Amino acid sequence: MAAGQTLIDVRDVRQAFPRPSGAERVVIDKVNMSLREREIVGLLGRSGCGKSTLLRIVAGLAHASAGEVVYLGKPIDGPAEGIAMVFQTFALFPWLTVLENVEAGLEAQGVPEREMRKRALAAIDLIGLDGFESAYPRELSGGMRQRVGLARALVVNPAVLLMDEPFSALDVLTAETLRTDLIELWSEGKLPIRSILMVTHNIEEAVLMCDRILMLADSPGHIAAEFVVDLPQPRNRLAPRFRALVDDVYARMTERPAQSPKALTQISYRMSHVSANTLAGLMETLASDPYRGKADLPHIAGSLQLEVDDLWPIVEGLQLLGFAELAQGDITLTDAGRQFVDSDLEQRKRLFADLLRRHVPLAAHIRRVLDERPGHHAPRVRFEAELEDQQSEEDAQETLQTVISWGRFAELFSYDDQAEVFSLDNPT
Amino acid sequence: MRWSSPTISAIPRGVVPNRWDLLAVPLVLSIFFLFAAGAHEMTGPLTAPQGGELSLDPSHLPYYALRTTLRMMIAMAGSLIFTFTYATAAAKSRRAEVILVPVLDVLQSVPVLGYVSFTVTFFLALFPGNVLGAEFAAIFAIFTSQAWNMAFSFYQSLRTVPKDLEEVSRSLRFSAWQKFWFLEVPFAIPGLIWNMMMSMSGGWFFVVASEAIAVGSHTVRLPGIGSYVSLAIEQKNLGAIGWALLTMAVVILAYDQFFFRPLVAWTDKFRSDLGPGQEVPQSWLLQLFRRARLLNTAFDPVARQLRRIATWPGPRLWSGPGRPAPRSMRWLGEALWYAAVAAVTGLLLWQAVVTVSGRLGWHDLETAAGLGALTMIRVVILIALATAVWLPLGVLIGLKPRLAQMVQPIAQFLAAFPANLLFPVAVVGIVRFSLNPDVWLSLLMILGAQWYILFNVIAGASVYPNDLRDAAANLRIGGWQWWRQVLLPGVFPYYITGAVTASGGCWNASIVAEYVSWGNTHLQAHGLGAYIAAATNAGDFPHIILGIAVMSVYVILFNRILWRPLYGMAERRFRLD
Repeated sequence: MAAGQTLIDVRDVRQAFPRPSGAERVVIDKVNMSLREREIVGLLGRSGCGKSTLLRIVAGLAHASAGEVVYLGKPIDGPAEGIAMVFQTFALFPWLTVLENVEAGLEAQGVPEREMRKRALAAIDLIGLDGFESAYPRELSGGMRQRVGLARALVVNPAVLLMDEPFSALDVLTAETLRTDLIELWSEGKLPIRSILMVTHNIEEAVLMCDRILMLADSPGHIAAEFVVDLPQPRNRLAPRFRALVDDVYARMTERPAQSPKALTQISYRMSHVSANTLAGLMETLASDPYRGKADLPHIAGSLQLEVDDLWPIVEGLQLLGFAELAQGDITLTDAGRQFVDSDLEQRKRLFADLLRRHVPLAAHIRRVLDERPGHHAPRVRFEAELEDQQSEEDAQETLQTVISWGRFAELFSYDDQAEVFSLDNPT
Repeated sequence: MRWSSPTISAIPRGVVPNRWDLLAVPLVLSIFFLFAAGAHEMTGPLTAPQGGELSLDPSHLPYYALRTTLRMMIAMAGSLIFTFTYATAAAKSRRAEVILVPVLDVLQSVPVLGYVSFTVTFFLALFPGNVLGAEFAAIFAIFTSQAWNMAFSFYQSLRTVPKDLEEVSRSLRFSAWQKFWFLEVPFAIPGLIWNMMMSMSGGWFFVVASEAIAVGSHTVRLPGIGSYVSLAIEQKNLGAIGWALLTMAVVILAYDQFFFRPLVAWTDKFRSDLGPGQEVPQSWLLQLFRRARLLNTAFDPVARQLRRIATWPGPRLWSGPGRPAPRSMRWLGEALWYAAVAAVTGLLLWQAVVTVSGRLGWHDLETAAGLGALTMIRVVILIALATAVWLPLGVLIGLKPRLAQMVQPIAQFLAAFPANLLFPVAVVGIVRFSLNPDVWLSLLMILGAQWYILFNVIAGASVYPNDLRDAAANLRIGGWQWWRQVLLPGVFPYYITGAVTASGGCWNASIVAEYVSWGNTHLQAHGLGAYIAAATNAGDFPHIILGIAVMSVYVILFNRILWRPLYGMAERRFRLD
């Protein structure tokens, strides 16, 4: 598709929040992109990379700390007419019927009743909600709810449709149906919109739907790569070119650690929560047939029915602890990983504790503090404060949760959740 | 009558006094001091209005009941207006919030019955010689018993509106006014309705207590059930009291059937948890209205008008998130605002001290504090007794669904029934058997309040997960261990909700329960409630106010030191999800 008129232009956008310590926590930085006429652009990235933040800035729901977003020549300052949004959680008003939900936006703009009804019914008809007009959202399945979300966005005749992971709260089959229906309407030109900007963490979904994919990487969020998908619609997931592109994107996303090697040696290294059992589960799968220690990430993700966002934290955890290595979209079990799989529970715990102390600075730090203190007790707030100097509060909580669950599994230290105290006590 | 799961809005989050209490407590109490002193000055030779004479003829009771109900309704309307304005201000403006929320919290702890006497004087002075003054005073008393927890509930709902709905409202470009009616009010409705019901059931108690008010040597009796009972007490007419009890029972039942049940059934659609499950509340009246086509057609224009008002765009206050002001500016603004609030509080406190210093001494404070301790001991013992009786019984009832369905409405009815109507019967008994008033009058305090414990525990036990019970049975856990490890932790949050309400009710009831009369027989227990009641009868304003202040402080400390930590623990540790 030739470059048409530019609808949205994102220029040098940055979003940052001040921290108590005075330094800033930068969510996204120096983001430049544009959305042109008649194209679907996907923002792809792992959770926490700032893709939703970027979408919210375009929607006028959040404000950029620097830079600007221009829509049809005018800078965006608050929700603009002509830009509609579909939410991951559907965000339907539970107390309004399907029809009332679809009409809400028109009613707020003072559209006369007769016209409002006509347009709402047309949108409901288009999106396949006929017969559900008087139902309340709670009576609908997830797929039908998201159709209401779509109809509500389309009814205002927007030029740009923004979608925030619109299918990720749906089951696999429903999501597929909805995607296909949407793409069909789009290809046939039945949608009133001129362009779509969507956020996703699902690589296949992005390759299936988008004309261009912008890959975001984190710390801070920036656009790391752009892929042009020039396959004609409807696309076949099994076509070699489709598979090749998916593999490409996978390889690119796993190309290098998200955080620099220096970050690994700091106690504030951000960890996503994965339980030791999940780690063990993936290691066992990797060790067994057909992988025998080495697997292609898209392949293993597909066979385990995991999406990138689910698989990533596990892979990252294995990588961090030295149980596995990652290269070119392939994951390989290390010697430590093989040893872990072959051990009994006691040996596993010992190995885990050893690697935890060697590779996770925060765990080693907590253990050191406990060893040094006469009573071998330390309050949670002590470490919380240290982490929050470097991370957002949420990240700090998750990092702590991870280290607590790993530390407990390895019996490196124990933790009392009521008293919020770390200790070396073991119930005997 | 299946009420939605209780949420304690009476207990905001956070434990132990925060720094804003340092402002809020003196602010509220000194305003009371000054208001009371002012009202007292104003009165001078106050002439009690001459309303129509009351009659003990039971045939007048329907009319009296109507008047009483009307007062309740007007007060409820006032409470709603207060809720929508006060709570919205607190939720929307951070500066307003830091002062409004603690003030509300303190107001909740001030015993309503204590200040009826001087609000009466104030309102009578506003309408000299007119019965309207007494009406306003009674309505105001009911209002103060209803408004605070409703406002709290609304405030908390506003603060917890789901982020996605908030975003979609902005994305659809609702104005602030539209967002209020389309999003915020609907979202808050389930909690608000629950609190309205709690307020209503509490309100009957106060409407009965505030209809007959002594002003100097006169007693102003507004036509109503409360006045009817007070006249019956004066004339020692036990039969009339029986009729009043019956009427009250009918009124409360009618109220439930014609007002709350349809309301609850209607508001079911505002529940924001989307999942199915949970049985849908039913109301025959609502069904009737929904099916009556003519009625619907008749009301259609009204609904249309209301909708038009709700969708009126209003001023576009909201135009995007806006950039925050520079830090230094914000800091300066905050500092100025807090300094102003502190200065006003200081001034009021100073004024109160000056006003009161000549009339009260330190020994007065000692007396009041000592009596307060007595009343507190009563409250503690009574709650413990009620717990010992109703916690196990409530659990046993709640675990049997059929039985629970039968008992639950009765318990809720008893909680709504104004127990003070029964006091005369108790007095007759105590006098007859010459019992010790210090012990036996205490029981009256818990008479109405105990049911809150019962129905909350029933509610908790009836939603107790079956799989946990099965697991316990499978492990053959029984006896004390079953109570301690299996059931009580699950019911604990519900029990706390009930106990908090019951303890608040006890404190309030002490003012009428520790000091009762039957004709010219007066019984009195030693306690702060009797102290306030006696001072009220004597028209002794400084002592009334001292009594109220001391009781408020006791209640606040009681809540902060006992209930909040317990509730916090219940929330953290015993959640069943």
